[in-house]
Amino acid sequence: MQQQITLEIFRYNPDDKEGPAYKKYEVPFRKDWVILDALNHIKDRIDGTLSFRWSCRMGICGSCGMKVNGNPVLTCASFLEKLAPGPIRIEPLEYFPVIRDLVINMDDFMDNLKKVRSWIIHEKDDNLDEEYLQTPDQLSDYKQYSMCINCMLCYSACPVYGLEPGFMGPAVIALAQRYNMDSRDDGNKLRMDIMNAEGGIWHCTFVGDCSAVCPKNVDPAGAIQRYKLEGARAWWTRWLLPWGKE
Amino acid sequence: MIQKSHECDVLIIGAGGAGLRAAIVAVEHDPGLKVGIVSKVYPMRSHTVSAEGGAAAVIKDFDSFDLHAYDTISGGDWLCDQDAVEVFVSEAPREMIRLEHWGCPWSREESGKVAVRPFGGMKNKRTWYAADKTGFHLLHTLFQTTLKYDGIVRFDEWFVTSLLVDAGRCQGAVVLEMATGKIEAIRAKAVVICTGGGGKVFPYTTNAKIKTGDGMSLAYRAGVPLKDMEFVQYHPTGLPFTGILITEAARAEGGFLLNKDGYRYLQDYDLGKPEPVPVLKSMELGPRDRLSQAFMKEMEKGRTLNGNYGPYVHLDIRHLGKEIINSRLPFVRELCMKYENLDPVEDMIPVRPVVHYMMGGIHTDIEGATPLPGLFAAGECACVSINGANRLGSNSLTELLVFGARAGKSAAQYAKTRNGFSTGLKSIYGDEWNRLQKLYIKKKNGKIRIAEIRDRLHNAMEKGAGIYRSEQSLFESQKIIENLQELSHEIRISDYSSVFNTEIIDALELSCLLDIAESVIQSALCRKESRGSHQRIDFPNRDDRNYLNHSLAYKRPENFPEIRYHPVKITRWPPGERIYGR
Repeated sequence: MQQQITLEIFRYNPDDKEGPAYKKYEVPFRKDWVILDALNHIKDRIDGTLSFRWSCRMGICGSCGMKVNGNPVLTCASFLEKLAPGPIRIEPLEYFPVIRDLVINMDDFMDNLKKVRSWIIHEKDDNLDEEYLQTPDQLSDYKQYSMCINCMLCYSACPVYGLEPGFMGPAVIALAQRYNMDSRDDGNKLRMDIMNAEGGIWHCTFVGDCSAVCPKNVDPAGAIQRYKLEGARAWWTRWLLPWGKE
Repeated sequence: MIQKSHECDVLIIGAGGAGLRAAIVAVEHDPGLKVGIVSKVYPMRSHTVSAEGGAAAVIKDFDSFDLHAYDTISGGDWLCDQDAVEVFVSEAPREMIRLEHWGCPWSREESGKVAVRPFGGMKNKRTWYAADKTGFHLLHTLFQTTLKYDGIVRFDEWFVTSLLVDAGRCQGAVVLEMATGKIEAIRAKAVVICTGGGGKVFPYTTNAKIKTGDGMSLAYRAGVPLKDMEFVQYHPTGLPFTGILITEAARAEGGFLLNKDGYRYLQDYDLGKPEPVPVLKSMELGPRDRLSQAFMKEMEKGRTLNGNYGPYVHLDIRHLGKEIINSRLPFVRELCMKYENLDPVEDMIPVRPVVHYMMGGIHTDIEGATPLPGLFAAGECACVSINGANRLGSNSLTELLVFGARAGKSAAQYAKTRNGFSTGLKSIYGDEWNRLQKLYIKKKNGKIRIAEIRDRLHNAMEKGAGIYRSEQSLFESQKIIENLQELSHEIRISDYSSVFNTEIIDALELSCLLDIAESVIQSALCRKESRGSHQRIDFPNRDDRNYLNHSLAYKRPENFPEIRYHPVKITRWPPGERIYGR
């Protein structure tokens, strides 16, 4: 078995005069190591200037998404063994501004999450003496969309997000849909107006790569398609029934 | 200079469950308040996200507050403050319902009511759960709910380097903005620390990279004592190499712990008889401290297995069948398949005790207030204490909500009594700026790598301050820590960039870890008894005459902390024997 494996890592620091470059590092090739372990080995033992984000190392915090050999993945869930013999190319996620090295700027996502009102909207007052009833079936209507860890892999896979600066992107739309489909929520109409507007669902050309790369099987593409059906219905109802009976 | 824009009424440090809950309470208390949340990571990256099993709160007719309180107090080996526990159990249900109203996808019964599951050390089923990703759903629900309040302002990826303390009160924090390297002051009339635990002082831990005890260290350096730091919880079922947690829910659903002979060894440790289905407060559903200690005894007897990462035992859930595993423990299956390359439907899971939780933390009262005016704390970084010498599984998520809310409200009320800021802040900020330049940002000619010190720290803690301790083992580790503290002034910095400099963050975190280590060791040395998670082989019995007390560690310059004691509050449950399985 090979002893070492080569990582080619995208390096960029706006403080430096030189532009971005790929730098090669040799790391031990270990069966139980994931890419993130190799990056930490580099950071701790070879080159302390390498910058990347990580935290839980168990696929739930969503910090460590990067492009590995061109594919957006969670580096904590990508074994070196599956990428042997190498070299393995590691880059920041596509379509985001790069802050430094493997660290991207995700302000756009954070802003859009607020814009679509990704929280429960109640028309009634809260009564904290008892819970709202929700059957297991009602729960399963939206559960899948609630599994998004905001890792940004789907954005990195979405060519439309790369081309259309205003497009909110897959995860935000899936999260809006998560609340729309929750039996406890009354905010569907409000969100529909935002989704039908510029930057919303109609930009999506249904490439479907977002769902393919999702590490949590959220299926944002499915969420967008369902939204389009409802969006079209809402539009037509508005035209055909101008008295507002939706 | 201090910018006007960085001024809040309430500043919350840490954006996990407790911090977000505190922020919402503060802004709901008075929508005119400006509430800042500063965190070294985006809120949804906070470690609350990793909690799996559930959150305890009495909601079913067969249960009662007194039963929840008794389980908590006996589970904590009578070191819990009972007034705090009574408040905790009685406020828990409304906090959980509130979270339900905010959209948390709790698992349900057919009727649509919230479902509850059994958990270790609990006499009744009272653990609410969202499959086995409870912490994840709780955190995202809270985070997304904070988005609706315009009064909440976030400082994402800003690292707090020190508190601003002047005129006898806390008035904000000095903060490093990671994206730009700017060092700024955020002035605040009240500050709430909600930074979680410090499990990263140990090598094998379920804790994430970010769990370096930063908030505890901030308070400690500002003269606030750390309480009960000797009580460190080992979770009995972590994956050996990664420390990834296999939730207690796996045992609550019926999983077995087996030694190398396939024998359910817990029956040898006064934890009850092996039954085919789970029995509450018995065997695999005993408390975490007792299960982790049983592992160590099995290891001494040579009845554990050996792997690349030391001894382990097996957690067997195969008999539950694929359907139950998929519906109730999907994350367990996912984690095993993705990280251990095995399928628990067909294979046994290798597990070992790994550091999971710190019962100790910043000394607070029942309202979340620390002894320093203007400073509050909640969550794992704080110690009220409801957890005593051993926390019960599924009490910590509930604690975030109940005491996050209490601390947030106290901070908001306090902030409203304050008008301006003292004049000394500017020079304190200047001093901190200089300290950071000298020790970290412009440091040249350092000799030793950060990772080297961290590795030595890990070894010393595992060897001397692990599941079983003695005066000798603790003394030896103390000597090593002392040496590492000196060495830490000689760390080698190679990254001089101002942009997203994670090496500087690592160095700052290391200094916090060393603070946590010294407080754990000194508190453990002084407590000459065994209680809950603190087991001294040289003092194997509980000693209520001398140690029915909380220890308080006060920082001293150039020395180990001074330990003082503070009596445990007993209301209705006098100290008794902890009984499991009989």
